Amino acid sequence: MATITKPKTNSDLAQATDSQPKVAPAKALIQGLVFGVVFGFLLQKGGVAKFHVLVGQLLLVDYTVVKVMLSAVVVGALGIHFLHRAGLVEMHIKPTRFASNTLGGLLFGVGFALSAYCPGTGAAALGQGNYDALAMVMGMIAGSFMFAEMSGWISRHIDPIGDRGKLTLYDLLPVNRTLVVMGSVALLVVVLIAMETLATR
Amino acid sequence: MLELIAPIWIIGEVDPLQYPGPAWSPYIVGALIGVLSMLTFYFSNKPLGASNAYARVAGSIGLQVAPGHTRSLKYFKDNPPKVGWELMLVLAVVAGSFLAAWMGGELTGKFLPAMWQERFGSDSYLLRGVVALVGGVLMAFGARMAGGCTSGHGISGTLQLAIGSWVSAICFFIGGIVTAMLMYAV
Repeated sequence: MATITKPKTNSDLAQATDSQPKVAPAKALIQGLVFGVVFGFLLQKGGVAKFHVLVGQLLLVDYTVVKVMLSAVVVGALGIHFLHRAGLVEMHIKPTRFASNTLGGLLFGVGFALSAYCPGTGAAALGQGNYDALAMVMGMIAGSFMFAEMSGWISRHIDPIGDRGKLTLYDLLPVNRTLVVMGSVALLVVVLIAMETLATR
Repeated sequence: MLELIAPIWIIGEVDPLQYPGPAWSPYIVGALIGVLSMLTFYFSNKPLGASNAYARVAGSIGLQVAPGHTRSLKYFKDNPPKVGWELMLVLAVVAGSFLAAWMGGELTGKFLPAMWQERFGSDSYLLRGVVALVGGVLMAFGARMAGGCTSGHGISGTLQLAIGSWVSAICFFIGGIVTAMLMYAV
């Protein structure tokens, strides 16, 4: 695969000639592949690639999905907080935009229930042999383009509503950041214990 | 509208718990995904996230069909289509899941999931195809608008205690619960 270098001085020329997507360095591609295989393996073993497990979660009878997510958050929140404190990783905080987060989140939720897969677990479902996930994949590609068509308008009219930038819980609370992380993790562990005690699965 | 069209298709009641659950403990799997996210932060300087791979593919197709127009769109100006880490991740998820299902004897090889058939009938191929396709469209649009999906916001964002990620993740479930109740529990 050839990497096409885009002339920086003449964007018109680039528009006329450069119709191939750029390709990232081999190291990034290989890392993506390795992490993806592990991620897919775990998603399947965790049962979250199964149609009835996802629908069961949304019907509030099977808590597998939330158990997997919150366990990942507990371990990841502690791990990444301390890696960051040690100066080993950078944070990747996405902006808080209340209108876009809420509207986009609700739309996503409707699609989540309709397909009974999400973007990651849908790929896992496909690997497991749920061929209907192919329809979801095609829809995802089409939906991404539809969003891109409207992205200018959304960024002008919706994104600015309740735009708070890269806001985190430790920006809001007047206490030490490690304490906020520990407190949040403790709270999530309590939620997990409650689920294990109260839910059938 | 759902009340008008639903009775035509709905065959029976469903109980998700009568089908097999996860092969491994969800806590172990979740904890390992937490470790995996530490590794992606450390080695790749990237959070785990799936949805933008689809946007990269959409942009790449756009570049073939209508390059000038694709390039003029704000989203693709900010996020130029490329073959990168994110796309490799999602492609490899398919392979990793195949491996896990094959090793565990859980390969399905079906278009219609068992529980779907119980609810909507064993010949509901077209309905399932359309519903999954529309679901994909809404998820992609919603994920791009919210800034991430169940992995990008739901795991990677929430574990950094980002407020927008928690708001988005809670909205994913509100939208999903209401819709699923209408589809399967009415």
